[in-house]
Amino acid sequence: MIDNPNPNGMADLAEGGDAALEAALRSSAAALPGAPSPDLDRMLAERAAAEELLDVAYATVDSPLGPLVVAATPRGLVRVAYTESTADAGVLEELARKLSPRVLEAPARLDAARRELDEYFEGRRTDFDLPLDWSLTGGFTSKVLQATARIAFGATSTYAEVAGQAGSPRAVRAAGNALGANPLPVVVPCHRVLRTGGGIGGYTGGLDRKEYLLRLEGVLI
Amino acid sequence: MKLPPFQALLDEHRVDVYRYCVATAGRSEADDCFQETWIAALRAYPKLRRADNLRAWLLRIAHNKAMDLHRSRGRRAVPVEAVPEPAAGGAAPPGEGALPDEEPELWEAVRGLPPKQRTAVFCRTVLGMPYEELARLLESSEDAARRNVFEGLRTLREGWTP
Repeated sequence: MIDNPNPNGMADLAEGGDAALEAALRSSAAALPGAPSPDLDRMLAERAAAEELLDVAYATVDSPLGPLVVAATPRGLVRVAYTESTADAGVLEELARKLSPRVLEAPARLDAARRELDEYFEGRRTDFDLPLDWSLTGGFTSKVLQATARIAFGATSTYAEVAGQAGSPRAVRAAGNALGANPLPVVVPCHRVLRTGGGIGGYTGGLDRKEYLLRLEGVLI
Repeated sequence: MKLPPFQALLDEHRVDVYRYCVATAGRSEADDCFQETWIAALRAYPKLRRADNLRAWLLRIAHNKAMDLHRSRGRRAVPVEAVPEPAAGGAAPPGEGALPDEEPELWEAVRGLPPKQRTAVFCRTVLGMPYEELARLLESSEDAARRNVFEGLRTLREGWTP
């Protein structure tokens, strides 16, 4: 492991016994435990939270729509993201960039969100009772999404209506963009917003998911 | 400054940091060393100005935490001249820092080295760390990093029989 040539004449001195010594160090290091216990990770996340160093906690939650990455700040749930696989790192990078790089996996911090999502998908919950952190939204988007948050389970609205409730009845296209940028799908039910006249409209997670949610809520048969 | 999510660091470097803690702070203090290292890293992380070579940055923190633990447990670093004689009297009683492997006395001797040599020997022999990275970790020149590896290995060799 000693680089050659070695300056200061060390190479010669380092030859010989050191090869065996280094081999012994390496082989005994191979017997070191490979990884800390999972308990240690859990304790680390808890201590980070206690010391107010856990700016963004996240977990992966299984759902009928595939794994969801859910993330929370100390203020509340900040992000729900559809993923195509659990290895999808894009959403974590987005959170690090937009909120704080102190992003840690801490499933225990998201127990309430997981439980409520499970109940919703099992048909045992019609509205969410979770504190929300709207940090990832602003301006008109925020107004549109807050209007959307008031649409009840089983009911629907239209892009024009939510635009109106957000204070700009003619900004229908902008309302559609705002819904497309919803950082909290499912929990803020942008899937309940349809086209005037009944067309299903669009959905960031894909139309299959929008239709699934509307069927779950009894809007589509 | 665009920093990766902290979890990515933890996933990538958790094993190296933990092995460093076990090897240099001892098994009984490894969990504390590990946790103190990551909490300190998390505290400093948003202000980090360079995102390259995060391994050296993390092991620098671990190096400092291992020294803190040594100090707070009232252990003085054993001077180079007084490295325990590992071969003497056969098996040493498994001290609190003993490792469950064939050569616990070897790592005991590593833990007896001055802190920079201890870190240098581990990073070089176990992680195969380039001298440039080791120099950054030790906040020294590359020559000084080489000398720390060399001196550490020389001391270990003096008290070691293959």
